[in-house]
Amino acid sequence: MSLYDIIFYLFASITVLSAFFVVTTRNIVYSAFYLLLTFFGVAGIYVLLGADFIAVTQLVVYVGGILILLLFGVMLTNKITNVQIKTGTVKLAPAAIGVALLAGTLFAGLLNTNWKTFNSEVPVSTAHTLGLILLTQYGVVFELLGILLLIALIGAASMARK
Amino acid sequence: MEVGLNHFLFVSVCLFSLGIFGIVTRKNAVMVLMGIELILNSANINFIAFAKYGNFGYQGQIVALFVIILAAAEAAIALAIVLNIYKTFSTVNVDEIDTMKD
Repeated sequence: MSLYDIIFYLFASITVLSAFFVVTTRNIVYSAFYLLLTFFGVAGIYVLLGADFIAVTQLVVYVGGILILLLFGVMLTNKITNVQIKTGTVKLAPAAIGVALLAGTLFAGLLNTNWKTFNSEVPVSTAHTLGLILLTQYGVVFELLGILLLIALIGAASMARK
Repeated sequence: MEVGLNHFLFVSVCLFSLGIFGIVTRKNAVMVLMGIELILNSANINFIAFAKYGNFGYQGQIVALFVIILAAAEAAIALAIVLNIYKTFSTVNVDEIDTMKD
């Protein structure tokens, strides 16, 4: 087993285990912190796949932005002083069976598919190429997403202020 | 066993299933949002894995970048909606919010 494989198994186990704890822990604040671990694990997997810029974006946007937003959501909607922070669950057993079936189907599908893979070259730094593609080939999409983000932030602020 | 495309897709399948499980079983609306984030992450792993092992150049990474941007917008809007729900119903449990108007 090479070093690459060992690091992959490390990050994969971090990701899957912490994702499992996210959906099973009853305390919602613990869930948020396990979600932090999941995002870190996914960022590590991106690095292993040669996507260094996406990994950094994942850390900045998910860990620095979305997770903080989620924690604010938790704190603003739970009565912290009344220790009402535990959350309930509904219909655990049928959901577990259904999700296990779904996962089994997907896994069998991916094992039985004959993926045509190309052995890619040694990973290079992607930031330069991604920047060029974003502002030339995908320029319109890039601008539209900027406008979408602006609209979403203004809308969210005005909705939350009411 | 050499780590290949299947290993990354397996991690993605696990994240997707756990995200669905979280969305279906948890009552708290913020937990449902966390499940959605897990599913978006699993989709991103798929995009980047196929960008590396398929012969698609950088398109997979570009789409993954767009998914991250959309996830940020989605989280902001969803939390504003959750805050409004909390002001109206004094709860964010999705099984108790079953009226169309107050």
